[in-house]
Amino acid sequence: MTDTPASKPGQTEVWITGIGLATSLGEGLDANWAALQEKRINVDEKGFAPYIVHPLMPVAFDSQIPKKGDQRQMEAWQRIGTYAAGLALDSAGIKGNKDILSKIDMVVAAGGGERDLNVDSGVLTAEAKGANAPGFLNERLMSDLRPTLFLAQLSNLLAGNIAIVHGLGGTSRTFMGEEVAGADAARIALARIASGESDIALVGGSHNGERKDLLVLYEFGDFNLKDKFAPVWARKDHAGFALGSAGAFLVLESKTHAQARGAKPFAKLSSVVADLAKRKRPGDMAATLEKLWAKLPRREGKGAIITGATGAEPATSEEHGFLKGHADFPVRSTGTVFGHAMETQFPLGIALAALSISRGALFPPNDSTGTEIEMQGAPTQIVVVGAGHWRGEGMALVEAV
Amino acid sequence: MTAARDKFGRPVVVVTGMGILTSLGAGKADNWAKLVAGESGIRTITRFPIDGLKTTMAGTVDFVSVDPFSSTALSERMAEIATQEALEQAGIGAKADFPGPLFLAVAPVEVEWPQRRELGRAVGQLDINYDDLLRISGGGKYSAYHHRFMFGSVAASLAETFGTKGSPISLSTACASGATSIQLGVEAIRRGETDAALCVATDGTVNPEALVRFSLLSALSTQNDPPQAASRPFSKNRDGFVMAEGAGALVLESYEAATARGAKILGVIAGCGELTDSFHRTRSSPDGKPIIGCMNKTLADAGMTPDQIDHINAHGTSTPENDKMEFNTTSAVFGELAQKIPVTSNKSMVGHTISAAGGVEAIFSLLTLEHQRIPPTINYDIPDPAILFNVVGNKARDARVTAVMSNSFGFGGQNASLILTREPF
Repeated sequence: MTDTPASKPGQTEVWITGIGLATSLGEGLDANWAALQEKRINVDEKGFAPYIVHPLMPVAFDSQIPKKGDQRQMEAWQRIGTYAAGLALDSAGIKGNKDILSKIDMVVAAGGGERDLNVDSGVLTAEAKGANAPGFLNERLMSDLRPTLFLAQLSNLLAGNIAIVHGLGGTSRTFMGEEVAGADAARIALARIASGESDIALVGGSHNGERKDLLVLYEFGDFNLKDKFAPVWARKDHAGFALGSAGAFLVLESKTHAQARGAKPFAKLSSVVADLAKRKRPGDMAATLEKLWAKLPRREGKGAIITGATGAEPATSEEHGFLKGHADFPVRSTGTVFGHAMETQFPLGIALAALSISRGALFPPNDSTGTEIEMQGAPTQIVVVGAGHWRGEGMALVEAV
Repeated sequence: MTAARDKFGRPVVVVTGMGILTSLGAGKADNWAKLVAGESGIRTITRFPIDGLKTTMAGTVDFVSVDPFSSTALSERMAEIATQEALEQAGIGAKADFPGPLFLAVAPVEVEWPQRRELGRAVGQLDINYDDLLRISGGGKYSAYHHRFMFGSVAASLAETFGTKGSPISLSTACASGATSIQLGVEAIRRGETDAALCVATDGTVNPEALVRFSLLSALSTQNDPPQAASRPFSKNRDGFVMAEGAGALVLESYEAATARGAKILGVIAGCGELTDSFHRTRSSPDGKPIIGCMNKTLADAGMTPDQIDHINAHGTSTPENDKMEFNTTSAVFGELAQKIPVTSNKSMVGHTISAAGGVEAIFSLLTLEHQRIPPTINYDIPDPAILFNVVGNKARDARVTAVMSNSFGFGGQNASLILTREPF
């Protein structure tokens, strides 16, 4: 098992000093926190009917991506991410700080591949109507694809756009692989800072859930939530996830580096672990989650769990069983509130854990099944759980400094 | 300093297994023989119709078949073959039980045209939009396509086949991906998280849309006839890169672990470096500072000076901009040595294997160290007078090679370099 051991001798503490959020609930920490307190959920049951999505609350992209030319070079998923990354840099107080931005290490969890639906539909329609010359597809693609669309599709061009727009000049790595890519991004960034390879890193991802091409991909596996919204825990007989649009970025920093510049932490990121359960038999995934749980360092204090459980089956039922074994930790599901933002769900979970710790309270439950219970007092440690709808399991421990 | 630790006190990372597959063939022996003989793997594309395309050749791997065909399935199969070869050489672990993590450089995954067209036909009407596709996508008929077109699908399959440990990482840093996968492995071993890592890079994406995408960015050579002469790095008449397929797999181990089990050491990953260019999505900063910084960081990471590098395995894509930029930046780092150190570009023969290039070229660099022979840069008939590299043109050259720098630069401002040596420094 690969993991990032916490508090090894000689390892430095890693703080979360910046958070950037742009979600279906709004942009920024206050708007998201207020919506969570009010138990607001933003779903669109009509625009993609019968599929349900959590649409991005409109944001003024100009405020973080001032050049229209830059915005035009991106598709929505990149704009959301570049925007949220800017908010995270602002939150950490390092926006425009050339000394720090020239060395910051970026680890981004990304999908990509946003398609031009008109081009695809045009080709398929023409072929249905009899276009069958050998070079037909080539000719249509050569004439119809926007040259810059490719750059808006490439996974690593989210990081590329963040570097260009915000002037980042350190290192840049993009991890792919759905949900667990978000956990692995945090895991590697944490390991590099904890070991002294890096001082400061920007970590996160972004996702545009309002995409029919993505709905097709998940519809292949019957994973989309249809017809009626319900909290993640109430979907057992009506399983599926509702794609969500979200960007979530974190600034991770060694305690020494943060203190030297007078930065205040939201929380510390103590450990991130991840694994790949075989998921061949019932119980495989739950067993892996237990293994990961056992690897997290534990101390006395008030704990909670923030999970990215998707609502897809059988993963969500297995995870529910695992959570029941840790019932002393109140649970919150980000999937219910924000929808499923795939690679971004895990960084979103870390962000909400850090925010809850810094605000001295876990946000209220939003659930009809009793899985989520009230929590009294301030949480001092929150375990972030991310079990993919198909593959990959990750877990993180976020603690009060 | 002992051999087990470098001058910074970190575990020395060595290579104990290598596997490779390119348009030249499968395996180290075949690839090396053809590479030093100056053979080209570039050919006219036969996999799909080429009508209407500006570029009609590529370094396709046609001798590996997968059914049903998809670029992702081909990437996976090539990675398996290369990994199998690397593991056999390393003799590490047991069958399906590799004692470390997997770092996989792989092209971004997406639903491809054969599958999209299959859906279109299944709609069964003359006007087709995405709502129609959505209506027929569920119900389990196409569930295999969900599994196939997950971004993590290739890594998950390799992890299961070879029994790597933990969460496998699928990464993309565009044309630098292969180098990044090696860097992630080196870092994990240096941090002491593992004694071994499997670093694999694969790319099987010569398909119509991928070709069109690069073509629309004017990145590809259009000198289609003869295809073998299209890729001509450092030549005055170069006009773009040639897309190609391939895979490379390396078993990395700590020197201590490798010697403890009596493994043969094939080479050392002495240094890695990377630096982001925030100038433009596809072009390098005109001052070349990020690339210069990348090479300098790599030298510093290895604890070496430019005079200790005696061969450069260049990125050398054969695009007008890259090759000139690479010479200028190399000159800034190496000074006059940039005109003395023998430089070659494997891409002249195997084409640009994109996500796999960093891995493929690291392996060719290690084979260069092993054989003390530098493969040629073919099609080097009209040297670009602005590029004063000591190019190993057209014929392989015997040379004393102790340390190789291998460079990879990619879209999105990705720059990564590696330094590979025969022995620990």
